[in-house]
Amino acid sequence: MSDSRLRISDNSGITVVEFVDRNILDEANIQAINEEITAVIEQADTPKVLISFSNVDHLSSAALGALITINNKIREKTGQLHLANIDPQIYEVFVITRLNKLFNIHETTDEAHAAFAG
Amino acid sequence: MSDPRTHIEDATAVDLKRERTQISTLIDQILALAETHNYGNSSLFAIRLAIEEAITNAFEHGHEGLDPSLSIRVEYAVTPNQIQIAIEDQGPGFSPDALPDPTLLENLSKPSGRGVMLMQAYMSTVEFNPAGNRVKMCYCRPAESA
Repeated sequence: MSDSRLRISDNSGITVVEFVDRNILDEANIQAINEEITAVIEQADTPKVLISFSNVDHLSSAALGALITINNKIREKTGQLHLANIDPQIYEVFVITRLNKLFNIHETTDEAHAAFAG
Repeated sequence: MSDPRTHIEDATAVDLKRERTQISTLIDQILALAETHNYGNSSLFAIRLAIEEAITNAFEHGHEGLDPSLSIRVEYAVTPNQIQIAIEDQGPGFSPDALPDPTLLENLSKPSGRGVMLMQAYMSTVEFNPAGNRVKMCYCRPAESA
């Protein structure tokens, strides 16, 4: 149960989340990821979260759903969510679903860091 | 007698439980077969995504409220020119035409409802049987990698 599928660190008040797995497909793992990031959001007054996909080769619509849930929760607390390092094939999934319009997506984590306002 | 639109000639059939190792092993087997026919990386990405979505739909929605130990049937046939996959659940079926468009602005923040549209985006054809509990997807080899 304590086997986290995430690496979570703090960088100047920004929570940086990276994935351990290359494939974000398993429903149980996606649920666990959702719960772990939600716990981070709930602890913060105004959450600032950067999710890096640098190791990720595949993700499913269930993973997209978890990201949307996380985004909704962050917005409820007037926080910010930025995504970075998305493989071109996965970025195409965001484009097809038009979720590139919903999320703030950056090529690199440096660009994502710079985009956090306030 | 199976529905002719979703029938696959000379298919390999596997009954699959909702268990991650079984699901991953089967998808890896299908993709390994595709690799022997030199399907490229973008083809393998598309096929993996579509199968994952179809299997998830079958268990998550097709078997919603039913015995979680029920299996689904996966049939596949891989040839040099096309990859056909059919997935059938034991549920009552659904109407794919009734699905809301997840790309509409008012639906963008909804966390579910993208599986079928991704299957349609990444596969050449996606057809459901009249009952709506069996889907057949076909991936035709792109001209540039033939």
